[in-house]
Amino acid sequence: MRYSALSLLMNGLRGNASWKPAWREPEPKPHYDVIIIGGGGHGLATAYYLAKEFGVRNVAVLEKNYIGSGNVGRNTTIIRSNYLLLGNNPFYELSMKLWEGLEQDFNFNAMVSQRGVLNLIHSDAQRDAYTRRGNAMRLHGVDAELLDRAAVKEMLPFLDFDNARFPIQGGLIQRRGGTVRHDGVAWGYARGADSFGVDIIQNCEVTAIRRENGKVLGVDTNKGFIGCGKLAVAVAGNSSQVASMVDMKLPIESHALQAFVSEGLKPFIDCVVTFGAGHFYVSQSDKGGLVFGGDIEGYNSYAQRGNLACVEHVIEAGKAMIPGLSRVRVLRSWGGIMDMSMDGTPIIDKTHIDNLYLNAGWCYGGFKATPASGFCFAHLIAKNEPHEVTRQMRLDRFERGYLIDEKGQGAQPNLH
Amino acid sequence: MASLISCPHCGSRPKEEFTVKGAALARPEADADEATWFDHVYLRDNPRGLYDEYWHHTSGCRRWLVVTRDTATHDIAAVRDAADKKEAAQ
Repeated sequence: MRYSALSLLMNGLRGNASWKPAWREPEPKPHYDVIIIGGGGHGLATAYYLAKEFGVRNVAVLEKNYIGSGNVGRNTTIIRSNYLLLGNNPFYELSMKLWEGLEQDFNFNAMVSQRGVLNLIHSDAQRDAYTRRGNAMRLHGVDAELLDRAAVKEMLPFLDFDNARFPIQGGLIQRRGGTVRHDGVAWGYARGADSFGVDIIQNCEVTAIRRENGKVLGVDTNKGFIGCGKLAVAVAGNSSQVASMVDMKLPIESHALQAFVSEGLKPFIDCVVTFGAGHFYVSQSDKGGLVFGGDIEGYNSYAQRGNLACVEHVIEAGKAMIPGLSRVRVLRSWGGIMDMSMDGTPIIDKTHIDNLYLNAGWCYGGFKATPASGFCFAHLIAKNEPHEVTRQMRLDRFERGYLIDEKGQGAQPNLH
Repeated sequence: MASLISCPHCGSRPKEEFTVKGAALARPEADADEATWFDHVYLRDNPRGLYDEYWHHTSGCRRWLVVTRDTATHDIAAVRDAADKKEAAQ
């Protein structure tokens, strides 16, 4: 069923009794051309683009829980392409372009809202750094605009401009950045992939990967053995666990990141704004809740929850930026597990096993990358060669010394 | 995660006093081959379960500790001074 204003009206007149489920719940077939492990945003997007753009339709997505139960439903919904380095920027800009046409493309309302992403500047050095970043973005054809203090004040008058330690001196804004309803992304891609015949199999956990003569034959799951021509892994957070099934050791650590939402408030933040003197980012959802987050916890974790020390740290940074937050009550917080790579940049690459493909290491920037990650991973799986914008996101870049270290922190994942 | 860490020198202290370095790996010999160093610097077991980590008691005795912690439950199994750790350098 194609969704439209007319279908909404007609179904409304029929008492909303004739809506169909947005995707099927099939039992697994014995064999697929491609199996994707992981029914998160990236796995579902990969299946969608494999079927739609590359004509590979005998595809299954295996999800151990329900789709969207992982990081695609646990982030702060921000999209942006304000990256500095050549290995990153064109990729994230491709993602931004796909976001811009996504809802029309998969016929689902994902509430893409290009409300602008503003990074605050607190010092001369930071202005220099952001000027450089803005210039790099513009050289890549991405929009970037440096704002002075007065312009930021006009946008967000309630910020703490005269904070004694971190006065606000301006900001770098990407107006095409913004937010997207994260669950809508998972559902839209699932529905789109399903419409091309992709089997989305929920509550199906992969327990082992069967190999013979250096090739993957298929996977053992709690629903039995499923054979495949190619196996694609998109399980960020658990990449090391799945890789260990084929005796691979990855340049990745798993860390917990928390996100928070406040009680509903009247509209007062109409963009995404980030603190430059600490790690804090906030936007306001359409329901009125402030959606915000900060740093990872700093220690390896597979628990999808965080610690109170980090809650305190995030709220302190938030209050230093917006003093009025001290009166706001937090409704809930939740945690997700991040694949923290050794240089802060993801991996989309083939592996030493011929028909095994890896999509991992998203750190805490995976949500904004969802469309391009799916598109480029599908390209790699279908054509066996990387998409132009992911040529540098290789698994062997660490060994060869071609790191893409946006933050310049070195091989210390808890600092990226 | 347990909010208290039992420092062998200072006793039970809140975890906010500590800085986490990460995996407590044995450092290879300076002249070890490239593959050994690559493994040491970049590759991690990243287990779901017990894990040895270096924690620095930044706001306490300033000693480096080896904390054995479960990455799924956050329970701490053991804490000892890093000097007492027997390094099996390769």
